[in-house]
Amino acid sequence: MSVLRTSGPARAGQYLALLAYLVFLAFPFLWLISTAFKPAPELASLHPTWIPKDPTLDNFRQAFGEQPLLRAAANSLVAAVAAALIAVAVATPLAYVTARHRGRLASAATGWVVISQAFPFVLVIIPLFLILKNLHLINSGPGLVLVYVVWSLPFALWMLMGYVRAVPAELEEAAAVDGAGRLRTLVSVTAPLLVPGIVATALFAFVTAWNEFFFALVLLKTPEKQTLPVVLTHFLGAEGVADLGPLAAAAFLATLPSLLVFAVLQRRITGGMLAGAVKS
Amino acid sequence: MRRPLLTCVAALALLLTGCTTGSEGPDDGVVRLRFQSLAWQQESVDANRELVKEWNATHPDVQVDYVQGSWDSVHDQLLTSFEGGEAPDIIHDASDDLADFAYGGDLADLRPLLSARLRADIPARSWETTTFGEGVYGVPFLQEPRVIIANRRILESSGVRVPTPEKPWSWTEFRQITQDLTRSMGPGRYAVAWPLKEPVSVSLNLGLSAGGQLFHRESDGRVTVRFTEADAVVPGTVHDQVVTDRTAPRTTLGSGGSDTLPGLFAGKYAMVPLGFAYRQQIAQQAPKGFEWTVLPAPAGSAGLTQGVSPQTLSIAESSPHKKEAAAFLDFFLRPGNMVRLARGDWMLPTGTAALADPALHTARDGWATGAAVAEKLSPAPAQSVRGYPEWKDKVATPAFQEFYSGAIDTAELRRRLVEDGNRVLARYQRR
Repeated sequence: MSVLRTSGPARAGQYLALLAYLVFLAFPFLWLISTAFKPAPELASLHPTWIPKDPTLDNFRQAFGEQPLLRAAANSLVAAVAAALIAVAVATPLAYVTARHRGRLASAATGWVVISQAFPFVLVIIPLFLILKNLHLINSGPGLVLVYVVWSLPFALWMLMGYVRAVPAELEEAAAVDGAGRLRTLVSVTAPLLVPGIVATALFAFVTAWNEFFFALVLLKTPEKQTLPVVLTHFLGAEGVADLGPLAAAAFLATLPSLLVFAVLQRRITGGMLAGAVKS
Repeated sequence: MRRPLLTCVAALALLLTGCTTGSEGPDDGVVRLRFQSLAWQQESVDANRELVKEWNATHPDVQVDYVQGSWDSVHDQLLTSFEGGEAPDIIHDASDDLADFAYGGDLADLRPLLSARLRADIPARSWETTTFGEGVYGVPFLQEPRVIIANRRILESSGVRVPTPEKPWSWTEFRQITQDLTRSMGPGRYAVAWPLKEPVSVSLNLGLSAGGQLFHRESDGRVTVRFTEADAVVPGTVHDQVVTDRTAPRTTLGSGGSDTLPGLFAGKYAMVPLGFAYRQQIAQQAPKGFEWTVLPAPAGSAGLTQGVSPQTLSIAESSPHKKEAAAFLDFFLRPGNMVRLARGDWMLPTGTAALADPALHTARDGWATGAAVAEKLSPAPAQSVRGYPEWKDKVATPAFQEFYSGAIDTAELRRRLVEDGNRVLARYQRR
């Protein structure tokens, strides 16, 4: 096995580029945190500072006082977790079948994935609304979860197909030779190797549902059921005017669950897939 | 492996049980109306909620559920709700968003529903903003003129004449004063900052003061765009301030109103033309000791006239309880209540009785200036023009943006607004 070596300056350049990219990614989040702790006069300063001169929790107090953020966060959490679990539960066997049995089905599935990602929300929302209405699923959590599952399923399937293909078929064949049945092979050999992929896919479905705004806005009618992204828009007025401090405070809180989930599950995702599975 | 699977299924079942299904409410003979409000500032939300609470306390048979919506997405949300037959009974929106819903039969014609008191209290010019064809499809109740928020110290120390609603600046005088002011303020500072993220509504609405109309309804009912000398006055002034005189910075042209406030507070700009409701942000965010004042927008041949698209309350055509909804509107928009709503939103009421309330004529926070301008407010020029949103987005916004930044001249602006614009409008007016 050959190892790709890079020279010192090239490596320094790579690290520099990586650092620049990280700064680019982190900037909006750090600015959000800074804004959330700034008092109103500092928010309106011509010379904004990274670290608030006079940090305050007023924006958080105001945000929680004005809007039911906790209830909205709970609604979002329930919808996002449910959508993620159902999406991986449905997508995993589908992905396995599609990846292992290449042919027209796999091509059709891939085509469906590509096409489904091209539809803008506004195009599908009205027929979807009518269907859900007929099913009495307007203004209901299950209705919203159903939409999120359908919406994230194609991409989840696509992701998982890649993970399934990365599991060598030889492993399953070896298990079969050793006398394991089909189900036993899937449960004891293939499934454990797919765990990082399933976790990554679930994360994708979770984050998609957690951040989703438009479906929640249109499908949920009563304030008690509104999700966090919908409630966040209540800090916005006409023509883009915003109650910036409370909005930043609420938005900061809204990013925390995603970060926590990533932090907790990171090892699951990055932990060497197939580590020790194949002797070289 | 079986245990984790069972745990997952159980957790999922629990989660889905947690998401309870929607219900239409108990069948107890009580009429329930859903009122979707776009109020967003806390004072305004409080005023709305209090009024709903007062109504509910005195009308046990007709209960109103308050639902907060969002300005950001109201059009798409309503469109979907109307198509799906799930629209709120009472709808808060802006008059310039109503045309398609009114022509589409989604909103109830309010003429047979509204009380004579309410009809008489609101002036005809405001009713025009919600009249489409023969019907009236919304009650205009709050309006927001464009004013100039000025740094009082800079203005007064410079010695320029401070305008009043009785004796406003003309557009020519305004241009001259911004030249004098910029000179006296020193380098890096500007007399005026134009936040023109939405250049079309600013140009059209202020353009009425100079007699500009842009949209002309012909005898056959068709609307065409014409760009006359009067239409060129306001855009020409702004263009010259930015490009020729350098009395207005180019950098704020793509900004929203809020983005210019730090510069106003820091003395970088002496004046910023803004919507009347921005006073709330200024009162809240201005540093201690910052002295500000509210000036009327410059006047042209038509005086202080300017276009507005009032906030409106409509009733869904699909609502089975239109009479009850209209009764709620009558209560909600009583003069005293209209004052509470106006103060909560830092806007002006359309109702004549509410507008006469002394609370709206105090000099504090510039209320008196706005109240004095109120009687000169007219329907925005594009109010009922079908195809206006497309004309605005595809033709007018880029054309005005390029004109104000100096990329194109008046002739090219005219060509685009008129030739390209009329092609767009024609598609909406085919019979």
